[in-house]
Amino acid sequence: MILDKLQRLGHRGLSRCAAFGRSGQILFQSIVARPAPVMMFPLLIKQIYFVGVLSLVIIVVSGAFIGMVLGLQGYTILVDYGSEQAVGQMVALSLLRELAPVVTALLFAGRAGSALTAEIGLMKATEQLASLEMIGVDPYRRIIAPRLYAGFICMPLLSMIFAVVGIWGAALVAVDWLGIHSGAYWANMQQAVDFREDVLNGLIKAVVFGFIVTWIAVYQGYDCVPTSEGISQATTRTVVYASLAVLGFDFVLTALMFGDL
Amino acid sequence: MGQDTPIDKAAVMPLDDIIVEIRNMTFTRGTRQIFDDISLKIPRGRITAIMGPSGTGKTTLLKLIGGQLNPDSGQILLDDQNIPTLNRRDLFIVRERMGMLFQSGALFTDMNVFDNVAFPIRVHTDLPEEMIRDVVLMKLQAVGLRGATALMPSELSGGMARRVALARAISLDPDIVMYDEPFTGQDPIAMGVLVNLIKKLNQALGHTSIIVSHDIQETLSIADYIYVLSDGKVIAEGTPEVLKQQDSEQVRQFVDGLPDGPVPFHYPAPQLMEELMEGGVFK
Repeated sequence: MILDKLQRLGHRGLSRCAAFGRSGQILFQSIVARPAPVMMFPLLIKQIYFVGVLSLVIIVVSGAFIGMVLGLQGYTILVDYGSEQAVGQMVALSLLRELAPVVTALLFAGRAGSALTAEIGLMKATEQLASLEMIGVDPYRRIIAPRLYAGFICMPLLSMIFAVVGIWGAALVAVDWLGIHSGAYWANMQQAVDFREDVLNGLIKAVVFGFIVTWIAVYQGYDCVPTSEGISQATTRTVVYASLAVLGFDFVLTALMFGDL
Repeated sequence: MGQDTPIDKAAVMPLDDIIVEIRNMTFTRGTRQIFDDISLKIPRGRITAIMGPSGTGKTTLLKLIGGQLNPDSGQILLDDQNIPTLNRRDLFIVRERMGMLFQSGALFTDMNVFDNVAFPIRVHTDLPEEMIRDVVLMKLQAVGLRGATALMPSELSGGMARRVALARAISLDPDIVMYDEPFTGQDPIAMGVLVNLIKKLNQALGHTSIIVSHDIQETLSIADYIYVLSDGKVIAEGTPEVLKQQDSEQVRQFVDGLPDGPVPFHYPAPQLMEELMEGGVFK
């Protein structure tokens, strides 16, 4: 009985190690087998459109609402202390340091990550990947690499857009609705936000999250069991693993960036 | 090549001119041994069929020849190049000599018929677009789908998709074309069209064809040489005429399509009466 459990545990551990190895191999091969610029450019543009441009709506709408909620909540709390003028500062720091990269990455995993996994998984199930290999075209080069690079490029941009729209949404509520002086809102923000400390660190987080989410998404698609059930499980795994990884890495990065305060 | 009868073909079968040779190959997947020390030879320029019941590893054999899988031991030689020992780059170069028709067609769903057929040419050659257009139209003409260039794969019937996939497989005039279950799921008209196409293209282009199939009549009608696989071994080989005269129980069951025999109809289970008398609910 105990031996059986140990055996199962060992088997699970070994298969996890093998999965890590395969995901590392996919990442390495995709980076090494990067297509020639002439071939890469149109493929990359197409993927940036699918991964980035098509995610814009959900990012902009979510950014606006989260900014509006932040503005409202910030005002409600700060007004008790007579510090409602600091709403701009609070909103900007929350968004730039944490909410923009994290929420964008979570939304990105749900919208673009799941789509990438499902697309690659379906290509595997319909033998399109095998067909590419038999034509003499490396799928890492043609399919995986452009999607990986598109993810790296799009995530920081989407995160910045999220932050900008969020700050605008908060201004809409705090300044236009609740009547905080616009000069105080923007001046406090300008004074409190440091480019390197806040904006750059937020961007670094977005780049790391983009890398993690896209890597998990393409690996799950490429490694899935090529059946309808296998693809649905891989898509779910992408969203769950990517979300957990983003939250976990967010803590690590925050500790590294702001832990000495 | 004229309209030879199978017996005539057997007489002239150039078994010394071999393009693919498998030597003592063993392949295991998980705990199941798919091939147990098998050896076979594929003659150049002929149609060779690999037949056998479902689950015997016919498609796996094509994947091994194409280098998509690696055997546990043994050699797979393509004109003296041992496929399993090639590195990834050399493997992709060797694959330019191969074309493969997948069971599902495996057309690229984001490209129309024209772009699907043009894809291998665009990737592997520097031909100008005007010339690519001419080549693609000729290939599509050969499979009777020149009028379908603008259609997307989702707009094609199963038979049409397989013909487009065939046009794509021969677009670079490969030395070997591998067909994975080309007749499965086709209506009689589409099946007849495919049988004719495979035969005519083989004669016209002179490539080597390897057909994996369990559609006996269609395959016997066009194959020059046949291997029958079962339980990881080659259980019979020869021309269609030789195969029809085989006495082996396994071969007879397969060729005559008998429901019971060495491949049992019933999955292993206790006696029916015994199980019914046990009563209770299904666990």
